[in-house]
Amino acid sequence: MSQAAIPPRSVPTLAVPSLPIRTILPWALLAGIVLLIAVYFVSSEQGALAVFSGSGIHEWVHDGRHLLGFPCH
Amino acid sequence: MTGSNTAHPAGPSTSTSSTGTRPRPGSFPGLTVTGFLIRGLLAGLIAGLITFAVAYTVGEPPVDGAIAVEEAAGESVDEAVGDDHAHPEGTAEHSHADTAADDGHSHGEDAEVSRSTQSTWGLITATVVFGTGLGGLVSLAAAFAMGRFGGLRPAGSTALIGVVGYAALSLVPFLKYPANPPAVGDPDTIGTRTGEYFAFLLVSAIVAVLALVLTRRVAPRLGWFAAGAVALIGFVVVMLIVAWLFPVVNEVSDDFPAALLWEFRSASMLTQATLWGVLTVVLSLLVQRADPAGRRPAGLSA
Repeated sequence: MSQAAIPPRSVPTLAVPSLPIRTILPWALLAGIVLLIAVYFVSSEQGALAVFSGSGIHEWVHDGRHLLGFPCH
Repeated sequence: MTGSNTAHPAGPSTSTSSTGTRPRPGSFPGLTVTGFLIRGLLAGLIAGLITFAVAYTVGEPPVDGAIAVEEAAGESVDEAVGDDHAHPEGTAEHSHADTAADDGHSHGEDAEVSRSTQSTWGLITATVVFGTGLGGLVSLAAAFAMGRFGGLRPAGSTALIGVVGYAALSLVPFLKYPANPPAVGDPDTIGTRTGEYFAFLLVSAIVAVLALVLTRRVAPRLGWFAAGAVALIGFVVVMLIVAWLFPVVNEVSDDFPAALLWEFRSASMLTQATLWGVLTVVLSLLVQRADPAGRRPAGLSA
């Protein structure tokens, strides 16, 4: 720990900042919606609900849906 | 919730204890909202890839075993129905495709996606998409948690979100509505079962958030450790009541092998634990690297 040459700006323990809610909210909305749709297609599409007809998506993610614990069929 | 007896006005922020001080110092360069999000997506991607390896190794054998049971059952159904189905010399695959025609679902070689594709490319698609999505969502929660839980460094609050997320969104729901292999579950009830499962997930998530809020509220009086313990007990008690109130689902037929059911369910639990565990550890490490105080001095000077 040779901290002799470091200017006094460096503090031993930096206080942790918190991010204001108003900066988080837009990202939470955008990413939250996109990511929830992605999670929906893995977990539920063409099971209880269906945006697209057929069973191709259901079958493609079939094993993952079972093993990730979602009701599959 | 427990501890709702203390109505405390949220006004006076007396800085008597060092834990209550919340100055808003300059932000850490790497730990903005997008900084968290990028790290969460990356950690989720890594977690999804490792989860595929675990799910393929541990999970596929019981899935294949369950499908064999399902197809044997479909065959016997076919024999019983007999003349109603005018198909040539029903093979096992074909008979299953027949029984599944009603619900548009099949596992056999007649399926749109073959079993060998389902267990490899299909499975890795599911784990990577789900892992990346989950990683993004967890990282946004971790961004919100940073600096809001006492003396925890950003990596600590991130790990807290990961552990709470695993308990609330995987472990507790699994204990109420455990994962089912193929051949278990009546296709006619998929709608209600899915609704109940996601309703339970939602309630569990809300109760977990309330537990975290409760921790923050009572920490100035009890200290962070006791506050966390009170919130944990509150979460467990409330979720026991919720689980008791939610409908019971048991659609395991008497014919399904108990050992195979256990093998599948433990594999499913291990799969989910791997996803959450790798995601939490990798994201916490990435966040720690972005924390100016989290880097080792030797790493900076050398």
